[in-house]
Amino acid sequence: MKQIVVLSGKGGTGKTSIVAGLASIMPSLVLADCDVDAADLHLVTQPKIITRHAFISGELARIDEDKCSGCLLCEQKCRFGAISPEPRVLPEHCEGCGLCAYVCPNEAIVMEPRHCGWWYESHTRFGILVHASLTPGAENSGRLVTTVRRMAVDLAEEQGCEYVLVDGSPGIGCPVIASLTGADLALLVAEPTVSALHDLKRVHELARHFHVPCLVLVNKADLSQERTREILDFCARSGVPVAGEIPHDPIFTQAQLAGKSVVEYAHDTEGPRFGRIWESMRAALGRSLVRL
Amino acid sequence: MRIAIASGKGGTGKTTLAVNLAAVLAEQGLAPVLADCDVEEPNSHVFLAPDWTSEKRVTQPVPAIDVTTCLGADCRRCVDLCRFKALILMAGEVMTFPELCHGCGLCAEACPAGAVGWTERDLGVVRSGQAHGLRVVGGLMRVGEPMAVPLIREVKHEADTGALQIWDCPPGTACPAVASLQGADYALLVTEPTAFGLHDLTLAVALVRELGLPFGVALNRAGMGDDRVERYLDKEGIPLLASLPYSLEAAQAGADGRLLVEALPGMREAYTELWLALRQSLDQEVTS
Repeated sequence: MKQIVVLSGKGGTGKTSIVAGLASIMPSLVLADCDVDAADLHLVTQPKIITRHAFISGELARIDEDKCSGCLLCEQKCRFGAISPEPRVLPEHCEGCGLCAYVCPNEAIVMEPRHCGWWYESHTRFGILVHASLTPGAENSGRLVTTVRRMAVDLAEEQGCEYVLVDGSPGIGCPVIASLTGADLALLVAEPTVSALHDLKRVHELARHFHVPCLVLVNKADLSQERTREILDFCARSGVPVAGEIPHDPIFTQAQLAGKSVVEYAHDTEGPRFGRIWESMRAALGRSLVRL
Repeated sequence: MRIAIASGKGGTGKTTLAVNLAAVLAEQGLAPVLADCDVEEPNSHVFLAPDWTSEKRVTQPVPAIDVTTCLGADCRRCVDLCRFKALILMAGEVMTFPELCHGCGLCAEACPAGAVGWTERDLGVVRSGQAHGLRVVGGLMRVGEPMAVPLIREVKHEADTGALQIWDCPPGTACPAVASLQGADYALLVTEPTAFGLHDLTLAVALVRELGLPFGVALNRAGMGDDRVERYLDKEGIPLLASLPYSLEAAQAGADGRLLVEALPGMREAYTELWLALRQSLDQEVTS
């Protein structure tokens, strides 16, 4: 069973649209939407939720006003500015470390489990989708990503699926790291812009740091031939294979508005295109196996 | 005045709006400071090309255990108390996982032997410079560092030298976006007229409401999708401050790292109008 994570560094390069396109082509897969604080894959996969789970992770401090003497030792010690002078806990700053509860001379602070969002196991026409919604402003996005991935892997093993395809988030911080570690292949979606190349280099460096082989896909490639050339040159210099190029086409938006994958929306052109991209991915996975 | 530019969805045009708005305000002599809070993947420097005149390494304190005074398995209080599993007991010794450490200080507070000292974990750098008549402050997170928040806080602290600040925020609604939005006087949410754009906008709206921030929306790439965003804003009574039309020329200018207000006719006026609409929206919030 192989895990493929789709990343980009820069937001908006087309990860989710490409995941949906690949899902229309790939056999035997479980989908995981690990962009937990801005999840969109469900909008084109129309999942039917089978099970829903509360994501309880970390803790939040709560001050018991009856026991509080107002000494403000908690406010003084907190390193995150999470206690106001009333004193009152500011949930959006509280990291749940427990220092305030530990130092409180009156045991007036309780650390309570934190409900940070939900995760779901759903059926879609492409296979099982494991997805989540992090409550806006909540902590522990990295742990929610890990939860989603672990469930997707467990389900894939249970059902004998060959692939887990992960829709990742932009950036290079902890949710991306949680999507990347232990993956068999990272498909990096770039677009021909100076910003995207800058960001691609950083996410590529991150993938190398975690020993995950990469493949680059240039989306909206005809937006700028010169910038596409720069990306391809970077790939050649860095030894990163290129899975293909996708032209800048309004059908990507039209498919999304229609709630379909671009392969479903324009099968004649996009079916073969995504088929070729998938073949590049399989070849890359095969190479990794040989290397081991 | 501190204006945070956020979104929910990545790639809607936060940086585009931040740098072009900052450039227009600088031209008007308002001397804005642009803080690039997207420390994981900063891009404002691509468009503004500042001369970085200062660069400061930013670190996070992480525990360093003095094995000579540590009581090890006979105590293990730090290991048991740490909420982040940054300390473990291995072969009778306390070992640390610096990248899991949040720097809360509970281990040091709890240690009965005074065996917890401090060392540093490298988070990245904060840099600042000048360009286009404005001060640019940005952060570049170390690749491999999981936590953006401490570096974002440093960037904002460093940028807090001007009366008018534009904060270019990272995408999403998790801690990096929260840390970037906190303390803003107004949040400008940038979206695009698509299904993903609308969905993620609703999450960003939930976030700014949770944070109690006055906000308005700029619709970028208007015309590339449908009218679902406008219908949503209308229904929710959320001010639409600007509708910036999609054009291939704008996309290509942006692709090349050019400021739209310099590259294309009409853009300077469009951004000036956006600023006026934003000021009006903020004034209305203050009086209501």
